[in-house]
Amino acid sequence: MARHEVESEVQGRVWKIEVSVGDRVEEGDVLMILESMKMEIPVESPVAGSIAELLVTLEEAVEEDQVLAILESS
Amino acid sequence: MFSKILVANRGAIARRVIRACSELGIASVAVYSEADSSAPYLEEASEAHALVGNTARETYLNGAALLKVLRASNADALHPGYGFLAENADFARSVIASGAAFIGPDPKWLAAMGDKVQARRLMADAAFPVFPGSEPLEDVDQALAAAATLGYPLMLKPSAGGGGIGMRVVRDDGELKKGFGVAQRMAMAAFANSAMYLEAWHARPRHVEFQLLGDNDGHVVHVHERDCSLQRRHQKVIEESPAPGLDRAEVDAIAESAARTAQSLGYNNVGTLETLRDRSGAYGFLEMNTRIQVEHGVTEAVTGLDLVAEQIRLASGASLPVIPALHGHALEARIYAEDPLSHMPSTGVLQLFRYPALEGVRIETGYCEGQAVTPYYDPLLAKVIGWGVTREQAIGRVLIGLRAFSVQGVKTNIPLLTRVLVHEEFLRGHVHTGFLQELLSQPT
Repeated sequence: MARHEVESEVQGRVWKIEVSVGDRVEEGDVLMILESMKMEIPVESPVAGSIAELLVTLEEAVEEDQVLAILESS
Repeated sequence: MFSKILVANRGAIARRVIRACSELGIASVAVYSEADSSAPYLEEASEAHALVGNTARETYLNGAALLKVLRASNADALHPGYGFLAENADFARSVIASGAAFIGPDPKWLAAMGDKVQARRLMADAAFPVFPGSEPLEDVDQALAAAATLGYPLMLKPSAGGGGIGMRVVRDDGELKKGFGVAQRMAMAAFANSAMYLEAWHARPRHVEFQLLGDNDGHVVHVHERDCSLQRRHQKVIEESPAPGLDRAEVDAIAESAARTAQSLGYNNVGTLETLRDRSGAYGFLEMNTRIQVEHGVTEAVTGLDLVAEQIRLASGASLPVIPALHGHALEARIYAEDPLSHMPSTGVLQLFRYPALEGVRIETGYCEGQAVTPYYDPLLAKVIGWGVTREQAIGRVLIGLRAFSVQGVKTNIPLLTRVLVHEEFLRGHVHTGFLQELLSQPT
């Protein structure tokens, strides 16, 4: 088991969250979609694993490098 | 003529409209969000009114708040700029209902051209060339049936769309099945309308658009073309006029047909009829933008016309100006606050933001040094417009302008722009809408 922090690449806002805590995800699955400068920025899973924590909520403003979610890889 | 105009926008276009108002001797009213409270356009306007909040929805997309400023300021006209509410028919109607003029075409054109399927039908009925496409599609089964008739590859687009949002190329049933739901959800989120349509897809087409001007008495003329083939994610990056390497008689014939079509429909004020030109030289209607374009400065440089001033004059009932012949060549490069390779938006405070005055180079920007570039609005930082007697000279001047532009605090696409402007194929005028993507996939 290894924990992976998923960070935001941009300053923006959480537009959609596509997963829930406990969900199994594959590498490349879209975890959430951020919105910044009228662009939708998908946040993809860096590894296969499960969602341990979701650290943001819908509409929340996020900073660059802010941790959005924590994954546990199996 | 109007005595006071509310400029319902921000940034470079707000500044541009305020300048046109000053030159016409018209008072201007600016509006600003909290994030824009130090933007340079506020000082240039005759007066400025604060909007509460930062997001577009709270501020520049907030029709009720803008109408309140319209009444409070006693402005007798509203200029919507581009983006935000510029093509919102309901907003335009409420401006007119409040007793002010809406500086744009009759709101019915905002509604008609905003529905992309209806717009295609209008054009086809008026005998303007339209590439094969479908009726509105509500689900994937309808889409698959339409695709079977049209044949792949196809472009899937939102019917209420614009700005490239929710558009994707589909090459077979599998891609259409996979992409339809996602594209439809994006369309729903962005435009509150889930209808999609399919249109013939062309390999390496050119984007050629025609600037139109119409008065309120039924006359429409064209002000030549712009080639806007250099795009990323279906958004324009470099625009030029005239279109390089095309036969003048060919382009002029389409331009005249565009003006004739708009006149036969009864279109008024400014508009841009966008087309795709495929590699066989066939043109097809893409969409009509019922507002001033971001890239209007390119046409101004090659004609000497002030399109924003003409737009205001036409809205006040003036007749059409005399349209000058094309003079020289002009090219615009858009500086975006983004990573030049990934296109990922870049926000921050502009620690350095300087550009010298150079011969034949016009800079349009809504920003100044020390101002923050925020995630709330689009990433356009500045437009660098170069004019030259020849295309080579215009390109050279834009290059000089870009190299002299100092920006620190956010990442910009300047390295990508300069790479394009020295590229052999670009210099030959061999442009197409996939050019930038192909360039990015090549090693530097």
